[in-house]
Amino acid sequence: MDLIVENFFNIEIMRQAFPLLLRGLGTSALLCLAVIPLGLIGGLVVALMARTHIRVLRFTVIALIDFFRAVPPLVLLIFIYSGLPFAGIQLSPFVAVCLGFLLNNSAYYAEIYRAGIESIGAGQMEAARSTGLNPLQSMIYVILPQATRNVLPDLLSNTVEVVKLTSIASVVALPELLYSADMARSISYNSSPIVLAAGIYLLILWPSVRLLSRLEHRVGH
Amino acid sequence: MNQTTDILVARGLRKSFGELEVLKGIDFSLRQGELVFVIGPSGSGKSTMLRCFNRLEEPTEGSVTIDGVNLMAPGVDINSMRRQIGMVFQQFNLYPHLSVSRNITLALRKVLKRSASQAEETAREMLEMVGLEEKADAYPGELSGGQQQRVAIARAVALEPKVMLFDEPTSALDPELVGSVLQVMRKLRDSGMTMVVVSHEMRFAREAAGRIVFMSDGEIIEEGTPDQIFENPSHRRTREFVAEISR
Ligand SMILES: Nc1ncnc2c1ncn2[C@@H]1O[C@H](COP(=O)(O)OP(=O)(O)O)[C@@H](O)[C@H]1O
Ligand SMILES: [Mg+2]
Repeated sequence: MDLIVENFFNIEIMRQAFPLLLRGLGTSALLCLAVIPLGLIGGLVVALMARTHIRVLRFTVIALIDFFRAVPPLVLLIFIYSGLPFAGIQLSPFVAVCLGFLLNNSAYYAEIYRAGIESIGAGQMEAARSTGLNPLQSMIYVILPQATRNVLPDLLSNTVEVVKLTSIASVVALPELLYSADMARSISYNSSPIVLAAGIYLLILWPSVRLLSRLEHRVGH
Repeated sequence: MNQTTDILVARGLRKSFGELEVLKGIDFSLRQGELVFVIGPSGSGKSTMLRCFNRLEEPTEGSVTIDGVNLMAPGVDINSMRRQIGMVFQQFNLYPHLSVSRNITLALRKVLKRSASQAEETAREMLEMVGLEEKADAYPGELSGGQQQRVAIARAVALEPKVMLFDEPTSALDPELVGSVLQVMRKLRDSGMTMVVVSHEMRFAREAAGRIVFMSDGEIIEEGTPDQIFENPSHRRTREFVAEISR
């Protein structure tokens, strides 16, 4: 019992690791601030492109969505960071992570937007067009507000996934929360920093998850 | 230049969905201030014809001219033309996420580039016309079907269209709500609005329509005054249809 406390819940070690983890948390937050808007905007653009009447473009976009949803994000990230240098493209860890997340998240968010847009009856677009609004205006003022409301739980739940997924940035040595915790672990030769990191993730994500399940309940009725 | 009084002219209008030919050469014209009723069996192409009139549906062949402007001409600004062709749908199609007032002001602001205060003033006038001025801040979901349809009419009329197209405006309404919508349409006609109405409201047709057009199988079979069409149709198909809806 003492051994477990000593190795996993060692307050003294957690206290020492805390400043490092806090800095890691800051980096994680920064990463989220970059990749979540990128994914939301990229996803929207991709979802709109997937609706184009230009066949070639539509099929290309849909194929790319499928591709990036099928490739594991970790594989994608390592390819971008460690594979691309063989083609002479060397990206910083931060940029590599942003690019990987942009490609992966856009595909996921795009699918959500697409489902949202499809949930709106054709009559809405027709009414908007009949008043002279152009396709883009009809999308922005009539379709998207309703579409995003319909898929809000899915957007939020995907965003929670994205926040969790930022921990894979540790494999390219970006000092976010998990990477910092692991560093503290190897220095102190003790697992308590990892437990502390898990606690921080829990503390941050638990309210979102709670909110989400309440939201899903409400939309479900 | 008698042409100037023709607000809407369709010539040789054809529309196919794949193999299915839905409109088989429609010739139709509408004079300024006229109210024309279009009747015909379900599936005869009435909705498709109306939707071709503002190019919500792309005609396969033929032309549609609105106040002298050919909608099929290359380079025509279809959005600015559509604003001049009001359309009212069977299912109302109000924007559920916007208040009644915002439903009306959206196109006024984005298409006609009116200022917010001007647009709101117009919305107030329009709501007064349809008798719903107290509903400006309500949401469509809080209104009855009849009220929603009147807002939809207000939304279209606010853009000062040259012609209004109605596609079965009262078919989705409970019978007791039909009257209030017809009342608004009557008012519009009396103010000189040019209108095409697809509807089987026979009493209203007799009272308000200058002309009745009977469609069947993608063609205009017969047209004439309400008396001619309802009392003395010359085609067998018209006779059968009129007998059926009069029952
Ligand atoms: N988008 C479409 N795709 C395929 N067929 C259609 C489409 N719209 C209408 N149709 C067909 O065209 C015919 C005429 O329809 P419509 O114009 O709605 O008739 P009406 O309004 O007189 O009932 C029907 O057979 C209908 O099934
Ligand atoms: Mg119809």
